[in-house]
Amino acid sequence: MNAPPARLADPYADAEGRLRAERVRADFPILEREVHGRPLVYLDSAASSQQPRAVLEATEHYATTSHANVHRGVHTLSQEATAAFEAARESVRRFINARKPSEIIFTRGTTEAINLVARSWGGTQLAAGDEVLITYLEHHANIVPWQLACAAAGARLIAAPLTPAGELELGAFLELLGPRTKMVALAHVSNALGTTLPVAQVIAAAHERGVPVLLDGAQAIAHQRVDVQQLDCDFYAFSGHKMYAPTGIGVLYGRESLLRAMPPWQGGGDMILSVSIAHSTYNELPWRFEAGTPNISGAIGLAAAIDYLEALGRDRVAAHEQRLLLLATAQLAAIPGLQLIGTAREKAAVISFTLRGVHPHDIGTILDQEGIAIRTGHHCAMPVMTYYGLAATARASFGCYSTEADIERLLAGLERVREVFA
Amino acid sequence: MDIRELYRDVILDHNRSPRNFGRLEPADAEALGHNPLCGDSLSLTLRLANDRLSEIRFNGQGCAISVASASMMSEAVSGKSLPEVEALYREVHALFTEPAHVPALPLGKLMALGGVREFPARVKCASLCWHTLHAALQRHAAGERPTVSTE
Repeated sequence: MNAPPARLADPYADAEGRLRAERVRADFPILEREVHGRPLVYLDSAASSQQPRAVLEATEHYATTSHANVHRGVHTLSQEATAAFEAARESVRRFINARKPSEIIFTRGTTEAINLVARSWGGTQLAAGDEVLITYLEHHANIVPWQLACAAAGARLIAAPLTPAGELELGAFLELLGPRTKMVALAHVSNALGTTLPVAQVIAAAHERGVPVLLDGAQAIAHQRVDVQQLDCDFYAFSGHKMYAPTGIGVLYGRESLLRAMPPWQGGGDMILSVSIAHSTYNELPWRFEAGTPNISGAIGLAAAIDYLEALGRDRVAAHEQRLLLLATAQLAAIPGLQLIGTAREKAAVISFTLRGVHPHDIGTILDQEGIAIRTGHHCAMPVMTYYGLAATARASFGCYSTEADIERLLAGLERVREVFA
Repeated sequence: MDIRELYRDVILDHNRSPRNFGRLEPADAEALGHNPLCGDSLSLTLRLANDRLSEIRFNGQGCAISVASASMMSEAVSGKSLPEVEALYREVHALFTEPAHVPALPLGKLMALGGVREFPARVKCASLCWHTLHAALQRHAAGERPTVSTE
């Protein structure tokens, strides 16, 4: 009598509560296409993920019903656009569990988010002799902005070493964390190796010394639960297009006390309260860091992607990807001459590898002819490639729509590579 | 498109056993080529005698297409006069990029590289060595030791 009402069956879960990836695939129109006469197998989600119909429809709905500039007009469309844009900010806040929407700054992506911190925070907080501590596995987006900031301030950029498995040498990292360290910036998950970094220990150690920590979350955000309060990080940067949203939208989360002390980094409309030729008064957070008309459509698409990921179940997606990672790792490791690059104990669903006698570019071309998309090259992480004495690797990466059938096609494709190069 | 149109036997053979691999020391001309797309690099060293390219060696890291192209180029240009090398450079460029190009010169084995036309992402792999050679000769004339990029 008091039994809860029967829940509607969740279309994305099977009887055991696991993700039904086949059902997920049906939401992604692009996965229906063929490449070179074969059904597409998309194993490059770490570079950019595909968009589900819900995201495509959200941006189309906005453009066909409510588009206007935000924070400007009194007219209905502008108010609707502003409401949708600010609702997207609230969705992001909830998604990463920030304290306030004012801690959520929309950017073009992870790269711009890190540049914002390096320029604005670095421009005022770094001085000659200071150090910024990163790691050897960073994406160029978490290296070059700090090089620029360090060069401007006369500060030094220091990188912590890795183990042969591609894990952070935590002991060496802690030794490098010294009295001159003013910022620690590191990947939450490595794009080139898949390694999940021990961010809890890093953040605790840095905070003991009063050093803020920026996490590059580009490779983590769609693949595990991210809670910025639980992480206790000071900045968290990520991109929409790696979490099933459009390109051109990303997020910088910043701890309010730090953001408040940071000067604007770009000037223009929307970031000011008043302007005279001699002087401007800057807007409040977060708009102070959003000069010019923002990517309204992208933010709305990002909010739709958040809703979509939550409908799939973030833990369910993570568990699904971990199953695929284990399966693919075991099967790839059994291929003669195949070497896995990055064998950390904690990994996201990214597999970097080389094949003896075959350059990664040749692997990529032959797989492409089989309809299989993987990434080959240095993955915009040249220092980690150099660290392991490699010019390039091949990389397969998984997303919520990846299946065991994709892994079978990858294995068959690699067999074809070995035939051609036999 | 059969992948064997790109990876022909002669290309796979030159990839496995590159000819003229290594460095000439001393050399009369030298150049480094980079393909920033993939991080591959190629170093060429040349000896010149009586306006001829008497010897050439290459080394570096690269995919099968770039290694085979450099190896086949080294065979094709050895002993040629500098104007002949220049004419070959222009012909090969057309072979890589122009559909249905009818060569004005006998290209021999180099014709096997024509398959890259159908793989636009790989044209740079095949042409890197030729651009590097071209740059080496041009800058040698100016007394320089250049670095070229295919970007």
